[in-house]
Amino acid sequence: MKSGTWLLRLALLLLFLGLLFGFLASFAYRLTDAKSGILGFLTLRPLHVTSAYFGVVLGGLGCVALAIQKESIKHISFNLLKIHLTLWLIALVGIFYSYFIGDFGGREYWEFKPIWALPILISYFVFLIFYLKNAGSYKTWPVYKWMWFTGLVFYAFIFIENYLWIFPYFKEHLMADMTIQWKVNGSIVGAINQMIYGLAFYLMTKISGDEKMATSKLAFAMYFLGLFNLMFNWGHHIYILPTDRYIHHISYIVSMTEWIILIRIFYHWNQQLKENKTHFYFFPYRFLMASDYWVMINLAIALFMSIPALNLYTHGTQITVVHAMGTTIGINTMIVLAGAFYFIKPAFDSLKALKRMSILFWISQIALFLFLFTLSGIGIQRALWQAGITEGVFGQMMQNSRPWMIGFIITGTLLFVSLGSVVLYLLFYSFKGKVSFRLHKTN
Amino acid sequence: MPSVKLAPITIFITLTVLFLLFSFSIYLKPLREKDTQKATVLEQAAAGKDVWQKHNCHTCHQLYGLGGYLGPDLTNVTAKLGYSEVFLKALISNGMGQMPPFDLTPQEMEDLLVFLQEMNETGTANPQDYSPQLNGTFTLDNLE
Repeated sequence: MKSGTWLLRLALLLLFLGLLFGFLASFAYRLTDAKSGILGFLTLRPLHVTSAYFGVVLGGLGCVALAIQKESIKHISFNLLKIHLTLWLIALVGIFYSYFIGDFGGREYWEFKPIWALPILISYFVFLIFYLKNAGSYKTWPVYKWMWFTGLVFYAFIFIENYLWIFPYFKEHLMADMTIQWKVNGSIVGAINQMIYGLAFYLMTKISGDEKMATSKLAFAMYFLGLFNLMFNWGHHIYILPTDRYIHHISYIVSMTEWIILIRIFYHWNQQLKENKTHFYFFPYRFLMASDYWVMINLAIALFMSIPALNLYTHGTQITVVHAMGTTIGINTMIVLAGAFYFIKPAFDSLKALKRMSILFWISQIALFLFLFTLSGIGIQRALWQAGITEGVFGQMMQNSRPWMIGFIITGTLLFVSLGSVVLYLLFYSFKGKVSFRLHKTN
Repeated sequence: MPSVKLAPITIFITLTVLFLLFSFSIYLKPLREKDTQKATVLEQAAAGKDVWQKHNCHTCHQLYGLGGYLGPDLTNVTAKLGYSEVFLKALISNGMGQMPPFDLTPQEMEDLLVFLQEMNETGTANPQDYSPQLNGTFTLDNLE
Protein backbone atom coordinates (compact mmCIF):
# COMPACT_ATOMS: atom_id res chain seq x y z
CA MET A 1 0.00 0.00 0.00
CA LYS A 2 2.96 2.27 0.59
CA SER A 3 3.42 4.08 -2.74
CA GLY A 4 -0.26 4.87 -3.08
CA THR A 5 -0.34 6.12 0.50
CA TRP A 6 2.71 8.29 -0.12
CA LEU A 7 1.05 9.80 -3.19
CA LEU A 8 -1.94 10.64 -1.03
CA ARG A 9 0.30 12.13 1.67
CA LEU A 10 2.06 14.27 -0.91
CA ALA A 11 -1.33 15.39 -2.19
CA LEU A 12 -2.47 16.39 1.31
CA LEU A 13 0.76 18.30 1.87
CA LEU A 14 0.28 20.16 -1.43
CA LEU A 15 -3.34 20.93 -0.61
CA PHE A 16 -2.26 22.40 2.71
CA LEU A 17 0.46 24.45 0.99
CA GLY A 18 -2.11 25.59 -1.57
CA LEU A 19 -4.29 26.90 1.24
CA LEU A 20 -1.32 28.50 3.00
CA PHE A 21 0.03 30.27 -0.10
CA GLY A 22 -3.48 31.35 -1.03
CA PHE A 23 -3.96 32.82 2.45
CA LEU A 24 -0.64 34.71 2.18
CA ALA A 25 -1.40 35.82 -1.41
CA SER A 26 -4.71 37.36 -0.35
CA PHE A 27 -2.81 39.66 2.03
CA ALA A 28 -0.10 40.44 -0.53
CA TYR A 29 -2.82 41.22 -3.09
CA ARG A 30 -4.23 43.95 -0.91
CA LEU A 31 -1.29 45.31 1.03
CA THR A 32 1.94 45.34 -0.97
CA ASP A 33 3.23 45.81 -4.49
CA ALA A 34 3.50 42.64 -6.51
CA LYS A 35 7.18 42.02 -5.81
CA SER A 36 7.76 43.24 -2.26
CA GLY A 37 7.91 41.19 0.92
CA ILE A 38 9.74 37.91 1.40
CA LEU A 39 7.34 36.41 -1.12
CA GLY A 40 5.49 38.92 -3.25
CA PHE A 41 2.23 38.32 -5.07
CA LEU A 42 4.18 37.52 -8.26
CA THR A 43 5.64 34.47 -6.51
CA LEU A 44 2.75 33.61 -4.20
CA ARG A 45 0.12 33.25 -6.91
CA PRO A 46 2.07 30.60 -8.88
CA LEU A 47 2.93 28.83 -5.60
CA HIS A 48 -0.73 28.83 -4.58
CA VAL A 49 -2.07 27.68 -7.94
CA THR A 50 0.55 24.99 -8.52
CA SER A 51 0.18 23.56 -5.00
CA ALA A 52 -3.61 23.45 -5.14
CA TYR A 53 -3.72 22.15 -8.70
CA PHE A 54 -1.17 19.41 -8.23
CA GLY A 55 -2.63 18.59 -4.80
CA VAL A 56 -5.92 17.73 -6.47
CA VAL A 57 -4.20 15.84 -9.31
CA LEU A 58 -2.02 13.80 -6.95
CA GLY A 59 -4.94 13.23 -4.60
CA GLY A 60 -6.85 11.70 -7.49
CA LEU A 61 -3.88 9.59 -8.60
CA GLY A 62 -3.14 8.46 -5.03
CA CYS A 63 -6.72 7.35 -4.42
CA VAL A 64 -6.88 5.57 -7.79
CA ALA A 65 -3.63 3.74 -6.96
CA LEU A 66 -5.02 2.69 -3.57
CA ALA A 67 -8.34 1.59 -5.10
CA ILE A 68 -6.55 -0.50 -7.72
CA GLN A 69 -4.24 -2.01 -5.09
CA LYS A 70 -7.22 -2.84 -2.91
CA GLU A 71 -9.14 -4.56 -5.68
CA SER A 72 -6.36 -6.32 -7.54
CA ILE A 73 -6.06 -10.01 -6.82
CA LYS A 74 -2.71 -10.46 -8.53
CA HIS A 75 0.71 -9.09 -7.62
CA ILE A 76 0.82 -5.33 -8.07
CA SER A 77 3.64 -3.52 -9.92
CA PHE A 78 4.84 -1.46 -6.97
CA ASN A 79 8.00 -0.45 -8.83
CA LEU A 80 5.95 1.49 -11.37
CA LEU A 81 4.26 3.40 -8.56
CA LYS A 82 7.64 4.11 -6.96
CA ILE A 83 8.97 5.46 -10.27
CA HIS A 84 5.82 7.54 -10.64
CA LEU A 85 6.21 9.01 -7.16
CA THR A 86 9.94 9.72 -7.69
CA LEU A 87 9.25 11.58 -10.95
CA TRP A 88 6.66 13.75 -9.20
CA LEU A 89 9.12 14.51 -6.39
CA ILE A 90 11.80 15.55 -8.90
CA ALA A 91 9.33 17.81 -10.72
CA LEU A 92 7.96 19.38 -7.54
CA VAL A 93 11.41 20.11 -6.10
CA GLY A 94 12.43 21.74 -9.39
CA ILE A 95 9.21 23.75 -9.67
CA PHE A 96 9.22 25.03 -6.08
CA TYR A 97 12.93 25.85 -6.21
CA SER A 98 12.50 27.84 -9.43
CA TYR A 99 9.50 29.71 -7.99
CA PHE A 100 11.39 30.62 -4.82
CA ILE A 101 14.34 32.02 -6.79
CA GLY A 102 11.99 33.85 -9.18
CA ASP A 103 12.92 31.78 -12.24
CA PHE A 104 9.68 31.76 -14.23
CA GLY A 105 9.11 31.37 -17.97
CA GLY A 106 5.94 29.30 -18.22
CA ARG A 107 2.33 30.33 -18.66
CA GLU A 108 -0.54 31.11 -16.37
CA TYR A 109 -1.10 28.15 -13.99
CA TRP A 110 2.12 26.58 -15.30
CA GLU A 111 4.67 29.29 -14.53
CA PHE A 112 7.62 26.93 -14.25
CA LYS A 113 10.04 26.33 -17.11
CA PRO A 114 8.99 23.56 -19.54
CA ILE A 115 11.87 21.31 -18.43
CA TRP A 116 10.02 20.59 -15.15
CA ALA A 117 6.99 19.43 -17.09
CA LEU A 118 8.95 16.53 -18.53
CA PRO A 119 9.08 14.36 -15.36
CA ILE A 120 5.35 14.97 -14.85
CA LEU A 121 4.57 13.84 -18.38
CA ILE A 122 6.71 10.70 -18.02
CA SER A 123 5.09 10.01 -14.64
CA TYR A 124 1.69 9.96 -16.35
CA PHE A 125 2.81 7.38 -18.85
CA VAL A 126 4.25 5.27 -16.03
CA PHE A 127 0.97 5.51 -14.14
CA LEU A 128 -0.97 4.60 -17.27
CA ILE A 129 1.12 1.42 -17.65
CA PHE A 130 0.52 0.63 -13.96
CA TYR A 131 -3.19 1.18 -14.48
CA LEU A 132 -3.54 -0.92 -17.62
CA LYS A 133 -1.53 -3.73 -16.04
CA ASN A 134 -3.67 -3.89 -12.92
CA ALA A 135 -7.15 -2.61 -13.71
CA GLY A 136 -8.32 -5.79 -15.42
CA SER A 137 -9.96 -6.15 -18.82
CA TYR A 138 -11.55 -3.00 -20.20
CA LYS A 139 -14.52 -5.11 -21.32
CA THR A 140 -15.70 -5.45 -17.75
CA TRP A 141 -14.74 -2.02 -16.45
CA PRO A 142 -17.35 -0.23 -14.35
CA VAL A 143 -17.87 3.40 -15.23
CA TYR A 144 -15.36 4.74 -12.68
CA LYS A 145 -12.54 2.73 -14.27
CA TRP A 146 -13.44 4.22 -17.64
CA MET A 147 -13.38 7.66 -16.05
CA TRP A 148 -9.94 7.06 -14.53
CA PHE A 149 -8.62 5.76 -17.82
CA THR A 150 -10.05 8.80 -19.65
CA GLY A 151 -8.55 11.14 -17.07
CA LEU A 152 -5.10 9.57 -17.48
CA VAL A 153 -5.07 9.46 -21.29
CA PHE A 154 -6.47 12.92 -21.83
CA TYR A 155 -4.34 14.54 -19.14
CA ALA A 156 -1.22 13.20 -20.88
CA PHE A 157 -2.43 14.35 -24.32
CA ILE A 158 -3.47 17.81 -23.15
CA PHE A 159 -0.29 18.19 -21.12
CA ILE A 160 1.73 17.72 -24.33
CA GLU A 161 -0.54 20.19 -26.09
CA ASN A 162 0.17 22.63 -23.26
CA TYR A 163 3.77 22.90 -24.48
CA LEU A 164 3.15 23.37 -28.21
CA TRP A 165 3.96 27.02 -27.61
CA ILE A 166 7.66 26.22 -27.43
CA PHE A 167 7.53 25.72 -31.23
CA PRO A 168 7.74 28.99 -33.23
CA TYR A 169 5.07 27.68 -35.63
CA PHE A 170 2.49 28.07 -32.86
CA LYS A 171 4.05 30.90 -30.86
CA GLU A 172 4.33 33.27 -33.81
CA HIS A 173 0.60 33.13 -34.49
CA LEU A 174 -0.81 35.02 -31.50
CA MET A 175 -4.44 33.96 -31.90
CA ALA A 176 -3.74 30.29 -32.60
CA ASP A 177 -1.38 30.29 -29.64
CA MET A 178 -3.96 31.80 -27.28
CA THR A 179 -6.67 29.50 -28.61
CA ILE A 180 -4.53 26.44 -27.88
CA GLN A 181 -3.51 27.85 -24.49
CA TRP A 182 -7.17 28.10 -23.45
CA LYS A 183 -8.13 24.87 -25.13
CA VAL A 184 -5.57 23.29 -22.80
CA ASN A 185 -6.69 25.13 -19.67
CA GLY A 186 -10.32 24.32 -20.35
CA SER A 187 -10.02 20.68 -21.29
CA ILE A 188 -7.35 19.71 -18.76
CA VAL A 189 -9.85 20.60 -16.03
CA GLY A 190 -12.20 18.15 -17.72
CA ALA A 191 -9.49 15.47 -17.63
CA ILE A 192 -8.87 16.08 -13.91
CA ASN A 193 -12.62 16.01 -13.30
CA GLN A 194 -12.86 12.60 -14.98
CA MET A 195 -10.29 11.30 -12.50
CA ILE A 196 -11.91 12.98 -9.49
CA TYR A 197 -15.55 12.27 -10.38
CA GLY A 198 -14.52 8.69 -11.09
CA LEU A 199 -13.20 8.58 -7.53
CA ALA A 200 -16.51 9.98 -6.24
CA PHE A 201 -18.36 7.26 -8.17
CA TYR A 202 -16.04 4.59 -6.78
CA LEU A 203 -16.58 5.81 -3.21
CA MET A 204 -20.36 5.96 -3.61
CA THR A 205 -20.36 2.43 -4.99
CA LYS A 206 -18.35 1.17 -2.03
CA ILE A 207 -20.28 3.12 0.58
CA SER A 208 -23.68 2.04 -0.74
CA GLY A 209 -22.50 -1.47 -1.53
CA ASP A 210 -24.41 -1.23 -4.81
CA GLU A 211 -22.00 -2.28 -7.57
CA LYS A 212 -24.76 -2.15 -10.18
CA MET A 213 -24.86 1.63 -10.11
CA ALA A 214 -21.37 1.70 -11.65
CA THR A 215 -22.39 -0.39 -14.62
CA SER A 216 -25.81 1.09 -15.38
CA LYS A 217 -26.61 2.66 -18.74
CA LEU A 218 -27.38 5.96 -17.05
CA ALA A 219 -23.94 6.05 -15.41
CA PHE A 220 -22.29 5.50 -18.79
CA ALA A 221 -24.51 8.10 -20.45
CA MET A 222 -23.42 10.68 -17.85
CA TYR A 223 -19.77 9.67 -18.31
CA PHE A 224 -19.95 10.18 -22.07
CA LEU A 225 -21.72 13.50 -21.60
CA GLY A 226 -18.82 14.57 -19.38
CA LEU A 227 -16.28 13.33 -21.92
CA PHE A 228 -18.11 15.14 -24.74
CA ASN A 229 -17.91 18.37 -22.74
CA LEU A 230 -14.24 17.81 -21.89
CA MET A 231 -13.49 17.60 -25.61
CA PHE A 232 -15.64 20.35 -27.04
CA ASN A 233 -16.86 22.89 -24.46
CA TRP A 234 -13.57 24.60 -23.57
CA GLY A 235 -14.21 27.43 -26.04
CA HIS A 236 -16.58 29.06 -23.54
CA HIS A 237 -13.44 30.52 -21.95
CA ILE A 238 -12.57 32.46 -25.09
CA TYR A 239 -15.78 33.83 -26.58
CA ILE A 240 -14.21 37.28 -26.75
CA LEU A 241 -11.01 36.04 -28.40
CA PRO A 242 -11.10 36.78 -32.16
CA THR A 243 -10.44 33.20 -33.21
CA ASP A 244 -12.52 31.01 -35.58
CA ARG A 245 -16.25 31.47 -34.94
CA TYR A 246 -16.99 27.75 -35.29
CA ILE A 247 -15.02 27.13 -32.06
CA HIS A 248 -17.33 29.55 -30.21
CA HIS A 249 -20.48 28.04 -31.68
CA ILE A 250 -19.46 24.46 -30.91
CA SER A 251 -18.65 25.43 -27.32
CA TYR A 252 -21.91 27.27 -26.82
CA ILE A 253 -23.99 24.34 -28.07
CA VAL A 254 -21.97 21.67 -26.24
CA SER A 255 -21.92 23.63 -22.95
CA MET A 256 -25.70 23.81 -22.97
CA THR A 257 -25.91 19.98 -22.86
CA GLU A 258 -24.83 20.23 -19.21
CA TRP A 259 -28.35 21.44 -18.36
CA ILE A 260 -29.19 17.73 -18.49
CA ILE A 261 -26.92 17.14 -15.49
CA LEU A 262 -28.38 20.06 -13.54
CA ILE A 263 -31.97 19.00 -14.26
CA ARG A 264 -31.10 15.45 -13.21
CA ILE A 265 -29.75 16.75 -9.88
CA PHE A 266 -33.04 18.53 -9.16
CA TYR A 267 -35.02 15.51 -10.28
CA HIS A 268 -33.24 13.34 -7.71
CA TRP A 269 -33.39 15.97 -4.97
CA ASN A 270 -35.61 13.99 -2.54
CA GLN A 271 -33.58 10.84 -2.98
CA GLN A 272 -30.43 12.88 -2.35
CA LEU A 273 -31.78 14.26 0.95
CA LYS A 274 -32.78 10.77 2.12
CA GLU A 275 -29.34 9.40 1.29
CA ASN A 276 -27.70 12.36 3.11
CA LYS A 277 -29.52 11.41 6.32
CA THR A 278 -28.62 7.72 6.06
CA HIS A 279 -24.85 8.15 5.71
CA PHE A 280 -24.39 11.53 7.38
CA TYR A 281 -22.00 10.40 10.13
CA PHE A 282 -19.67 8.54 7.80
CA PHE A 283 -17.01 11.12 6.97
CA PRO A 284 -16.08 9.97 3.46
CA TYR A 285 -19.77 10.31 2.63
CA ARG A 286 -20.04 13.68 4.39
CA PHE A 287 -17.40 15.18 2.08
CA LEU A 288 -19.01 13.56 -0.95
CA MET A 289 -22.32 15.06 0.11
CA ALA A 290 -20.69 18.49 0.34
CA SER A 291 -19.21 18.07 -3.14
CA ASP A 292 -22.68 17.22 -4.50
CA TYR A 293 -24.06 20.54 -3.31
CA TRP A 294 -21.06 22.41 -4.65
CA VAL A 295 -21.52 20.65 -8.01
CA MET A 296 -25.04 22.02 -8.14
CA ILE A 297 -23.96 25.60 -7.35
CA ASN A 298 -20.94 25.55 -9.67
CA LEU A 299 -22.76 23.89 -12.51
CA ALA A 300 -25.47 26.55 -12.36
CA ILE A 301 -22.80 29.30 -12.42
CA ALA A 302 -20.95 27.56 -15.27
CA LEU A 303 -24.09 27.18 -17.35
CA PHE A 304 -24.96 30.85 -17.12
CA MET A 305 -21.35 31.85 -17.79
CA SER A 306 -21.33 29.66 -20.89
CA ILE A 307 -24.00 31.78 -22.56
CA PRO A 308 -21.87 34.17 -24.66
CA ALA A 309 -24.09 37.21 -24.09
CA LEU A 310 -23.69 36.81 -20.30
CA ASN A 311 -20.08 35.68 -20.54
CA LEU A 312 -19.30 38.99 -22.24
CA TYR A 313 -19.84 40.71 -18.88
CA THR A 314 -18.58 38.08 -16.45
CA HIS A 315 -15.43 37.18 -18.42
CA GLY A 316 -12.27 38.76 -17.06
CA THR A 317 -13.89 39.38 -13.68
CA GLN A 318 -13.58 37.53 -10.37
CA ILE A 319 -16.88 35.80 -11.17
CA THR A 320 -14.77 33.44 -13.28
CA VAL A 321 -12.57 32.86 -10.21
CA VAL A 322 -15.68 32.07 -8.15
CA HIS A 323 -16.38 29.26 -10.58
CA ALA A 324 -12.74 28.10 -10.70
CA MET A 325 -12.24 28.15 -6.91
CA GLY A 326 -15.71 26.77 -6.26
CA THR A 327 -14.85 23.82 -8.45
CA THR A 328 -11.31 23.30 -7.14
CA ILE A 329 -12.16 23.63 -3.45
CA GLY A 330 -15.86 22.80 -3.30
CA ILE A 331 -15.86 19.83 -5.62
CA ASN A 332 -12.36 18.49 -6.29
CA THR A 333 -10.83 19.03 -2.85
CA MET A 334 -13.96 17.70 -1.09
CA ILE A 335 -13.84 14.50 -3.17
CA VAL A 336 -10.10 14.06 -2.55
CA LEU A 337 -10.74 14.52 1.19
CA ALA A 338 -13.56 11.98 1.00
CA GLY A 339 -11.08 9.58 -0.64
CA ALA A 340 -8.46 10.37 2.00
CA PHE A 341 -10.94 9.68 4.82
CA TYR A 342 -11.94 6.44 3.11
CA PHE A 343 -8.41 5.11 2.62
CA ILE A 344 -6.66 6.52 5.69
CA LYS A 345 -9.59 5.61 7.94
CA PRO A 346 -8.89 7.85 10.92
CA ALA A 347 -10.66 6.58 14.02
CA PHE A 348 -12.30 9.05 16.33
CA ASP A 349 -11.53 7.74 19.78
CA SER A 350 -14.10 9.88 21.52
CA LEU A 351 -17.32 11.63 20.76
CA LYS A 352 -15.48 14.89 21.44
CA ALA A 353 -12.98 14.19 18.63
CA LEU A 354 -15.80 13.34 16.28
CA LYS A 355 -17.63 16.55 17.16
CA ARG A 356 -14.46 18.58 16.63
CA MET A 357 -14.13 17.21 13.10
CA SER A 358 -17.80 17.81 12.50
CA ILE A 359 -17.46 21.46 13.53
CA LEU A 360 -14.40 21.89 11.28
CA PHE A 361 -16.39 20.42 8.42
CA TRP A 362 -19.25 22.86 8.82
CA ILE A 363 -17.01 25.89 9.39
CA SER A 364 -15.10 25.07 6.19
CA GLN A 365 -18.33 24.79 4.17
CA ILE A 366 -19.76 28.05 5.52
CA ALA A 367 -16.39 29.82 5.14
CA LEU A 368 -16.16 28.62 1.52
CA PHE A 369 -19.66 29.89 0.79
CA LEU A 370 -18.91 33.32 2.29
CA PHE A 371 -15.50 33.39 0.58
CA LEU A 372 -17.11 32.84 -2.82
CA PHE A 373 -19.84 35.34 -1.99
CA THR A 374 -17.33 38.13 -1.25
CA LEU A 375 -15.36 37.20 -4.36
CA SER A 376 -18.58 37.54 -6.35
CA GLY A 377 -18.98 41.03 -4.88
CA ILE A 378 -15.55 42.02 -6.21
CA GLY A 379 -16.43 40.42 -9.55
CA ILE A 380 -19.75 42.23 -9.88
CA GLN A 381 -18.01 45.53 -9.12
CA ARG A 382 -15.53 44.84 -11.92
CA ALA A 383 -18.25 43.63 -14.32
CA LEU A 384 -20.22 46.86 -13.83
CA TRP A 385 -17.07 48.88 -14.49
CA GLN A 386 -16.18 46.86 -17.60
CA ALA A 387 -19.71 47.30 -18.93
CA GLY A 388 -19.40 51.06 -18.46
CA ILE A 389 -22.21 51.22 -15.88
CA THR A 390 -19.89 52.60 -13.18
CA GLU A 391 -17.29 55.18 -14.10
CA GLY A 392 -13.72 55.97 -13.10
CA VAL A 393 -10.27 54.61 -13.83
CA PHE A 394 -9.17 51.06 -12.98
CA GLY A 395 -7.56 52.11 -9.68
CA GLN A 396 -10.79 53.75 -8.49
CA MET A 397 -12.80 50.65 -9.29
CA MET A 398 -10.30 48.58 -7.28
CA GLN A 399 -10.55 51.06 -4.41
CA ASN A 400 -14.35 50.82 -4.45
CA SER A 401 -14.19 47.06 -4.04
CA ARG A 402 -12.18 47.43 -0.80
CA PRO A 403 -15.02 46.36 1.60
CA TRP A 404 -15.54 43.17 -0.44
CA MET A 405 -11.79 42.62 -0.45
CA ILE A 406 -11.61 42.82 3.35
CA GLY A 407 -14.47 40.29 3.58
CA PHE A 408 -12.58 38.10 1.12
CA ILE A 409 -9.45 38.15 3.30
CA ILE A 410 -11.39 37.40 6.52
CA THR A 411 -13.38 34.52 5.04
CA GLY A 412 -10.25 33.25 3.27
CA THR A 413 -8.46 33.15 6.63
CA LEU A 414 -11.36 31.18 8.12
CA LEU A 415 -11.27 28.77 5.20
CA PHE A 416 -7.53 28.32 5.55
CA VAL A 417 -7.78 27.54 9.27
CA SER A 418 -10.76 25.16 9.05
CA LEU A 419 -10.00 23.25 5.85
CA GLY A 420 -6.26 23.37 6.60
CA SER A 421 -6.94 21.68 9.98
CA VAL A 422 -8.87 18.86 8.29
CA VAL A 423 -6.06 18.33 5.77
CA LEU A 424 -3.36 18.38 8.46
CA TYR A 425 -5.37 15.98 10.63
CA LEU A 426 -5.53 13.47 7.78
CA LEU A 427 -1.87 13.96 6.96
CA PHE A 428 -0.71 13.37 10.52
CA TYR A 429 -3.09 10.46 11.03
CA SER A 430 -1.73 8.73 7.92
CA PHE A 431 1.65 8.47 9.70
CA LYS A 432 0.24 6.85 12.82
CA GLY A 433 0.75 3.51 11.16
CA LYS A 434 -1.85 1.60 13.11
CA VAL A 435 -4.72 1.61 10.66
CA SER A 436 -7.99 1.39 12.46
CA PHE A 437 -10.98 -0.16 10.82
CA ARG A 438 -13.42 1.53 13.16
CA LEU A 439 -15.72 3.50 10.97
CA HIS A 440 -16.72 7.03 11.71
CA LYS A 441 -20.29 6.30 12.58
CA THR A 442 -21.90 7.27 15.81
CA ASN A 443 -25.40 6.96 17.05
CA MET B 1 -36.11 -2.63 -35.86
CA PRO B 2 -32.99 -4.26 -34.38
CA SER B 3 -31.56 -2.46 -31.33
CA VAL B 4 -28.08 -1.02 -31.76
CA LYS B 5 -25.78 -1.80 -28.83
CA LEU B 6 -22.67 0.31 -28.60
CA ALA B 7 -19.80 -0.84 -26.44
CA PRO B 8 -18.14 1.89 -24.31
CA ILE B 9 -14.88 1.38 -26.24
CA THR B 10 -16.63 2.16 -29.55
CA ILE B 11 -18.11 5.41 -28.25
CA PHE B 12 -14.81 6.32 -26.61
CA ILE B 13 -12.84 5.81 -29.84
CA THR B 14 -15.43 7.67 -31.95
CA LEU B 15 -15.39 10.69 -29.64
CA THR B 16 -11.59 10.62 -29.46
CA VAL B 17 -11.29 10.66 -33.26
CA LEU B 18 -13.68 13.64 -33.43
CA PHE B 19 -11.67 15.39 -30.74
CA LEU B 20 -8.43 14.83 -32.64
CA LEU B 21 -9.95 16.18 -35.86
CA PHE B 22 -11.17 19.24 -33.97
CA SER B 23 -7.74 19.71 -32.35
CA PHE B 24 -5.87 19.41 -35.65
CA SER B 25 -8.17 21.93 -37.32
CA ILE B 26 -6.87 24.37 -34.70
CA TYR B 27 -3.23 23.30 -35.06
CA LEU B 28 -3.47 24.11 -38.78
CA LYS B 29 -4.65 27.65 -38.14
CA PRO B 30 -1.12 29.20 -38.36
CA LEU B 31 -0.66 27.45 -41.70
CA ARG B 32 -4.01 28.63 -43.04
CA GLU B 33 -3.38 32.21 -42.01
CA LYS B 34 0.33 32.49 -42.71
CA ASP B 35 1.39 36.11 -43.10
CA THR B 36 4.84 36.04 -44.75
CA GLN B 37 5.00 39.84 -45.01
CA LYS B 38 4.87 40.19 -41.23
CA ALA B 39 7.22 37.29 -40.46
CA THR B 40 9.88 39.42 -38.76
CA VAL B 41 7.37 41.38 -36.69
CA LEU B 42 5.62 38.21 -35.58
CA GLU B 43 8.96 36.68 -34.60
CA GLN B 44 9.65 39.73 -32.44
CA ALA B 45 6.14 39.60 -30.99
CA ALA B 46 6.74 35.95 -30.04
CA ALA B 47 9.99 37.03 -28.33
CA GLY B 48 7.92 39.69 -26.55
CA LYS B 49 5.54 37.01 -25.32
CA ASP B 50 8.55 35.23 -23.82
CA VAL B 51 9.37 38.43 -21.92
CA TRP B 52 5.73 38.58 -20.77
CA GLN B 53 6.03 35.02 -19.45
CA LYS B 54 9.52 35.42 -17.97
CA HIS B 55 8.34 38.32 -15.82
CA ASN B 56 5.01 36.72 -14.99
CA CYS B 57 2.98 39.66 -16.30
CA HIS B 58 -0.11 37.43 -16.54
CA THR B 59 -0.13 37.10 -12.74
CA CYS B 60 -1.61 40.60 -12.54
CA HIS B 61 -2.68 41.50 -16.10
CA GLN B 62 -5.01 40.01 -18.66
CA LEU B 63 -5.09 39.64 -22.42
CA TYR B 64 -8.63 39.26 -23.74
CA GLY B 65 -9.80 38.87 -20.15
CA LEU B 66 -7.48 35.92 -19.51
CA GLY B 67 -4.93 36.31 -16.73
CA GLY B 68 -4.72 37.93 -13.28
CA TYR B 69 -6.94 40.53 -11.66
CA LEU B 70 -4.63 42.90 -9.83
CA GLY B 71 -3.99 45.13 -12.85
CA PRO B 72 -6.01 46.13 -15.92
CA ASP B 73 -6.41 44.15 -19.16
CA LEU B 74 -3.57 45.07 -21.54
CA THR B 75 -4.92 43.78 -24.88
CA ASN B 76 -5.42 47.28 -26.24
CA VAL B 77 -3.09 49.23 -23.95
CA THR B 78 -0.98 50.58 -26.84
CA ALA B 79 -4.10 52.17 -28.35
CA LYS B 80 -5.10 53.92 -25.13
CA LEU B 81 -5.01 57.69 -25.16
CA GLY B 82 -1.77 58.93 -23.58
CA TYR B 83 -0.16 55.48 -23.49
CA SER B 84 2.63 56.26 -25.93
CA GLU B 85 5.71 54.08 -26.32
CA VAL B 86 7.74 56.47 -24.16
CA PHE B 87 5.09 56.45 -21.44
CA LEU B 88 4.82 52.66 -21.46
CA LYS B 89 8.60 52.27 -21.24
CA ALA B 90 8.70 54.64 -18.26
CA LEU B 91 5.79 52.83 -16.63
CA ILE B 92 7.43 49.42 -16.97
CA SER B 93 10.82 50.70 -15.78
CA ASN B 94 9.54 52.69 -12.79
CA GLY B 95 6.35 50.93 -11.77
CA MET B 96 3.12 52.57 -10.62
CA GLY B 97 0.85 51.89 -7.64
CA GLN B 98 1.05 48.17 -6.85
CA MET B 99 3.01 47.51 -10.06
CA PRO B 100 6.71 47.11 -9.25
CA PRO B 101 9.51 48.40 -11.54
CA PHE B 102 10.88 45.83 -14.01
CA ASP B 103 14.52 45.87 -15.04
CA LEU B 104 14.27 44.88 -18.72
CA THR B 105 17.10 45.02 -21.25
CA PRO B 106 16.49 47.42 -24.18
CA GLN B 107 15.87 44.40 -26.44
CA GLU B 108 13.38 42.87 -24.01
CA MET B 109 11.57 46.21 -23.75
CA GLU B 110 11.34 46.52 -27.55
CA ASP B 111 10.10 42.94 -27.92
CA LEU B 112 7.48 43.38 -25.21
CA LEU B 113 6.14 46.56 -26.80
CA VAL B 114 5.97 44.92 -30.24
CA PHE B 115 4.06 42.04 -28.64
CA LEU B 116 1.57 44.45 -27.07
CA GLN B 117 1.21 46.39 -30.34
CA GLU B 118 0.56 43.16 -32.25
CA MET B 119 -1.93 42.07 -29.61
CA ASN B 120 -3.80 45.34 -30.08
CA GLU B 121 -3.95 44.69 -33.84
CA THR B 122 -5.83 41.44 -33.31
CA GLY B 123 -9.06 43.02 -32.03
CA THR B 124 -10.75 44.59 -29.01
CA ALA B 125 -11.16 43.19 -25.51
CA ASN B 126 -13.54 45.91 -24.36
CA PRO B 127 -17.02 44.40 -23.67
CA GLN B 128 -18.54 47.79 -24.51
CA ASP B 129 -17.52 47.29 -28.15
CA TYR B 130 -19.86 44.27 -28.43
CA SER B 131 -23.63 43.92 -28.44
CA PRO B 132 -25.45 40.96 -26.88
CA GLN B 133 -28.00 39.21 -29.10
CA LEU B 134 -31.30 37.54 -28.23
CA ASN B 135 -30.02 34.09 -29.22
CA GLY B 136 -27.44 34.34 -26.44
CA THR B 137 -24.48 35.27 -28.63
CA PHE B 138 -22.90 38.70 -29.14
CA THR B 139 -21.62 40.63 -32.12
CA LEU B 140 -18.83 43.13 -32.56
CA ASP B 141 -20.09 46.65 -33.16
CA ASN B 142 -18.78 48.50 -36.16
CA LEU B 143 -15.87 50.41 -34.71
CA GLU B 144 -14.79 53.55 -36.46
